[in-house]
Amino acid sequence: MKLLLVNSFNVRTFAANLKEGILKPQRMTLSTLKHTVFTVLFLSVFSFGFAKDAKEGGEDEKFDPKEMILHHVKDAYGMHIATLNQGEENEAHITIPLPVIVYTDKGLTTFSSSAFHHDYHGHEIVERNGQRFVNVHEKVYILDEGASEVAYDAEGHPTNAHRPKFDLSITRNVFMMWVSIAVLFLIFLTAARRYKRSDDNVPSGIASFVEPLIVFVRDEIARPMIGEHKYKRYMPYLLTIFFFIWINNIFGLIPILNGANLSGNIAFTFTLATITFIITTFSGNKNYWKHIFWMPGVPVPMKIFLMPIEIIGMFVKPISLMIRLFANITAGHVIILALMSLIFVFKTVAIAPVSVAFSLFITVIEVIVTAIQAYIFTILSALYFGMATEEEHH
Amino acid sequence: MDLITPEFGLVFWTLITFLVLLFILRKFAWKPILGAVSDREEGIKNALASAENARKEMENLQADNERILQEARAEREAMLKDAREIREQTIAKAETEAQEKASKIIEKAQAAIESEKKAAMAELKSHVAGLSIDIAEKVVRGELSNKDKQLKLVEDMLGETKLN
Repeated sequence: MKLLLVNSFNVRTFAANLKEGILKPQRMTLSTLKHTVFTVLFLSVFSFGFAKDAKEGGEDEKFDPKEMILHHVKDAYGMHIATLNQGEENEAHITIPLPVIVYTDKGLTTFSSSAFHHDYHGHEIVERNGQRFVNVHEKVYILDEGASEVAYDAEGHPTNAHRPKFDLSITRNVFMMWVSIAVLFLIFLTAARRYKRSDDNVPSGIASFVEPLIVFVRDEIARPMIGEHKYKRYMPYLLTIFFFIWINNIFGLIPILNGANLSGNIAFTFTLATITFIITTFSGNKNYWKHIFWMPGVPVPMKIFLMPIEIIGMFVKPISLMIRLFANITAGHVIILALMSLIFVFKTVAIAPVSVAFSLFITVIEVIVTAIQAYIFTILSALYFGMATEEEHH
Repeated sequence: MDLITPEFGLVFWTLITFLVLLFILRKFAWKPILGAVSDREEGIKNALASAENARKEMENLQADNERILQEARAEREAMLKDAREIREQTIAKAETEAQEKASKIIEKAQAAIESEKKAAMAELKSHVAGLSIDIAEKVVRGELSNKDKQLKLVEDMLGETKLN
């Protein structure tokens, strides 16, 4: 019976895991490495940080690496590039202001993010449309009637303010997303035009650069995972997510763009994983649903036992996609920022070479990770489509 | 907790942006590019196939040429042989004909000689017979007069007569 159980398990779920398993070692080593570096650094950062605080606490505005890192990793209303003369009289910020669009009980309200004057501690109150908006850690809150400033509870959440119904602001992530699709349009529409212009379909210019990538997605991802007969239907989606994720991963690494961490944002990965889930579910054939609800080739008790596991598996697959991309990219950002924080935590330039060397090393790894994560997301999506459209075989 | 809570706004914009991206790239980039790539692959495949065909055809053609050449050679051989035979036959025929003709001529000549001879013999016989009669007559007549005379007569007669 035990053997039987193992065997029936093998039938499908494990087969899928096995396929994923091929990719896992690489990912595991990378994430393990990340994890180790992360832990060691953070322990050292925090312990030194606290030691310093104890000695010279309150001397000047203390540097909080955690807050800095989280602010860089998360979304923001304006695109902040740099601060000049920090802490001095003539402090100046270089920022691309972006529109804040909120839908409240009183309808749609729009204003520029520059109205907050770079404040995200809830000090600056913006009055628009009879409402008072504050920016608390890059989230717009509406002050309740009668409140004159934001009050916080023990965990730092505002108590006398609430979020708008819908916050559709063009945040820096949305902005960078649009920049990225503009770049994608530029690259691929130009490439497509190259083919149209040539009579013999010979790639030239940018087309000869993108063609191997496109052919790679077709021959190494779509064809083996989905199968020769059905892969064509999924090609546009697979190509689009591959390049969309990849370019946003790359944009996240460009320092001057200041942590446009779009692909390390759970909302982004959630949306893409949901689309993969929807496509998988809607392209599922009879064979796919039979494997979920009534596993063929196993005794009836096993069928009943496997059904909930398979149903959970249906949802776990896209959730794993969502978390994998989010965690990998965010972790990369956190490590680089933590390494840079060392300089400010130790308050010495002497540590800078170490920080720079380590963050260069991690950045180089991240360059590889950008492609690997885009590839993994795409190949797993393709694998799920392949499983959904697999024909019954005996 | 903030970090792992999807913001509605970003989900909304991501969805719209992604769908727009997918739609535009599908129509204006993936379709032409994938089409061009597969067209080219098809073209290469066809070109290779036709090259293979051409090679085979070439081989066939060469084989044909070889065969035709062989046939021509054989035909020439045959023709030469025929010609030689005909020549020999002709010569042989001519020889036999000539032989025949010659022998016929000879035969005719022999026959003519024979008949001439016969006629001559017959004439001679009749001439000899006439002479004999004449001689006999004159002998008879001379004997009748004188013995010497008769003898002289015979002698004269014989001296006059020439055998031709």
